[in-house]
Amino acid sequence: MAIVKTIRPGLIQIRVLDLDETLEFYKNVVGLDEVGRTSDGRVMLKTYDEFDHHSVVLRKAEEAGLDYVAFKVMDAETLEQIKVDTEKFGYAVEEATDEQPGFGKRYSTKLCTGHTIQFYNEVELAADYPMLKNPDPWKEEPRGMRAQRFDHLLCYGPNIAEAERYFIEVLGMFAPEVCNTEDGKRFATWLTGGNKAHDIAFVEYEQPGKMHHFAFYLQDWNDIGHAADLIGKNRVKRDVGPTRHAITRGQTIYFFEPSGNRIETYAGGYAAYPDNPQRVWDVAEVGRGLFYYEGELIPSFLSVVS
Amino acid sequence: MEYKVTDATTGNTFMADENDSLFFAMRRKHEGPITYGCGGGGCGACKIEILDGNFEIFKKMSRAHVSEQEQDSGIVLACCVKPKSNLTLKKFSQK
Repeated sequence: MAIVKTIRPGLIQIRVLDLDETLEFYKNVVGLDEVGRTSDGRVMLKTYDEFDHHSVVLRKAEEAGLDYVAFKVMDAETLEQIKVDTEKFGYAVEEATDEQPGFGKRYSTKLCTGHTIQFYNEVELAADYPMLKNPDPWKEEPRGMRAQRFDHLLCYGPNIAEAERYFIEVLGMFAPEVCNTEDGKRFATWLTGGNKAHDIAFVEYEQPGKMHHFAFYLQDWNDIGHAADLIGKNRVKRDVGPTRHAITRGQTIYFFEPSGNRIETYAGGYAAYPDNPQRVWDVAEVGRGLFYYEGELIPSFLSVVS
Repeated sequence: MEYKVTDATTGNTFMADENDSLFFAMRRKHEGPITYGCGGGGCGACKIEILDGNFEIFKKMSRAHVSEQEQDSGIVLACCVKPKSNLTLKKFSQK
């Protein structure tokens, strides 16, 4: 399936409480590479397998959580069209002015759920990117959890039905899987702009702008086990797993980094096609949907957010 | 060194090591009012009120969950404090 408008979530900026301790964790436990620092001291990171300049930015702050996530779109024309369509949809758009080295023009908007999202098309290649000519799987053996890419995120906030409509109508995405309450209202939605099972997901929640987790893609179930070993070895606060989702079918382990942001390392997942029928979950069954081996919800999972 | 921690709501007590956060002490002993949280000072799920005793804040707490005024009056995140004497605490509840 061809990607219509939105290629991927390619950049995420996270607030951290202790920059040094948290950076150490992302580099040595998750296995990201430090790309550099912005003039105001934010740290840019990327995985070994990503091409673009950087994908994760850590900003030292008084609160943990998500600053914003930015989606890379097909071309410059699509970027301008998304700006116009976002305004038509009813969300104000402004050009992002915070420094992101290597990135071209970025537009920024705030969703009804309280989350800031951005769009961009231009971004420079990283100084160190994967091989192109007769390529090995990696140049240097990956460290830590061997994260391959920033994969997706799950946001908590109010009125996710409207946010879902925005991603579909304006960003050309679709929802392969959803979960509804007993009275038919949207409780959760999983959205993708391409073949991945999800690029972004939402759960209905009273407080706006909350991040449940963001995720890195790992190679397979073996690497999930390897991540679990590193969680044990480094006394990381594990949340859930290793287990499997029925929703998206991915294999997974969740844990908290030192500033309390939840991270998922995720492998597998089905290929999503926009012509396939949508899978629908009842909220009463969502525990099984999320944690297929446990068959029930884990209390921390729905209520702990940053 | 271990200190006795009393849950003011239930009257139950448990021992907590001075080198462990109160959160991990509660998790390890299956005692106290907090059962889950991020353990990193970010989510606010382990917000408690320390009614009596000395403690050390060893880790930064998210200001989204604990204001400076609250901190000054013994309202803290259990994952960010270690006991320095016997303590009496309860789960924080909005008054």
